[in-house]
Amino acid sequence: MTWLSVIIAGILTYLTRTTMITLVNRNVLSNNVKQVLSYVPAAVFPAIIFPAVFFNDSGLLDDLNSPKIIAASIAVLVGYFAKNVIATILSGLISYWIIIFLL
Amino acid sequence: MLTKHQIFKMGSLAVGPHMLSVIPFGIICGAIGVEMGFSPYLVYAMSIIIFGGASQIVFLQLLSGGASTFIAVTSVGVINTRHILYGAVLSEYLEKLSLLKKLVISYFIVDQGFAESNKFLRKNKDQINKHYHLLGTGITLWVCWQISTIFGIILGSFIPEELGLKFAVPLTFIAILINELRKIDHVIVILVSGISSLLFFDAPLKSYIIIAPLVSLIAASLVLKFKK
Repeated sequence: MTWLSVIIAGILTYLTRTTMITLVNRNVLSNNVKQVLSYVPAAVFPAIIFPAVFFNDSGLLDDLNSPKIIAASIAVLVGYFAKNVIATILSGLISYWIIIFLL
Repeated sequence: MLTKHQIFKMGSLAVGPHMLSVIPFGIICGAIGVEMGFSPYLVYAMSIIIFGGASQIVFLQLLSGGASTFIAVTSVGVINTRHILYGAVLSEYLEKLSLLKKLVISYFIVDQGFAESNKFLRKNKDQINKHYHLLGTGITLWVCWQISTIFGIILGSFIPEELGLKFAVPLTFIAILINELRKIDHVIVILVSGISSLLFFDAPLKSYIIIAPLVSLIAASLVLKFKK
């Protein structure tokens, strides 16, 4: 039963990946739609970022001075000026560790 | 004109930095599946069959928490609906490919790969072999995901939980979005999505993960109207 459900979940997931690519003809999409679609990264990724940063493990809003919020802010600042993916991720992780282990 | 090999390699290198989050996340995914008492084969098979980090963990958590398989399967579907949006963006660049190639490339579409390849594809619309970038990002992420889940299954959570490596996941996505912070219209869309995700966090079946993007895409279309 569990195996079957994994397979169904896999098929569903694959369909989410392939539907638009195999079925949609680019001519169907108007220029307006294409312009809106250029915001997809800005629309999708914050929904992954915000809950992970602002909620604690029990799903409640954290204090504004929580380690994750401070470390994420540092990562944003470093990333903005350094324009470098590794610097962004590492500055966030390292400041997170400094706050929880040393302060 | 760049060769297939060169473009593949560019894709592969582009997702390199994201391994800082993909590898620990894969290890966690493998380890908690086994800890929850699922068969190691099942936990690993999910990495091939579903191949979607967050949805794999949610699936196992729901089942071990006693939820029905229907709820678990539906949640995976809902969490992964965001791929439909990625597909809509990518379809423009893949339209000339054969059906078989489209079906193969689809399997490798994941968040970080989409984000990095999308940047490349936008700037390189005229490259004939541009789809090799998606294969480069996708296959690299796939291989690392397989290896890290296997490590997690065999070795368990050998990375101490106190390190909080889960936190690398939002950091990866911050790194992906950082350049969009330079454009005010993108900042508006980011804030609308982020705040909506917090507001709708308790919506059923983890649907906040698709509600927030849809709300912010509506905001994006309004922003576009104002710009005109």
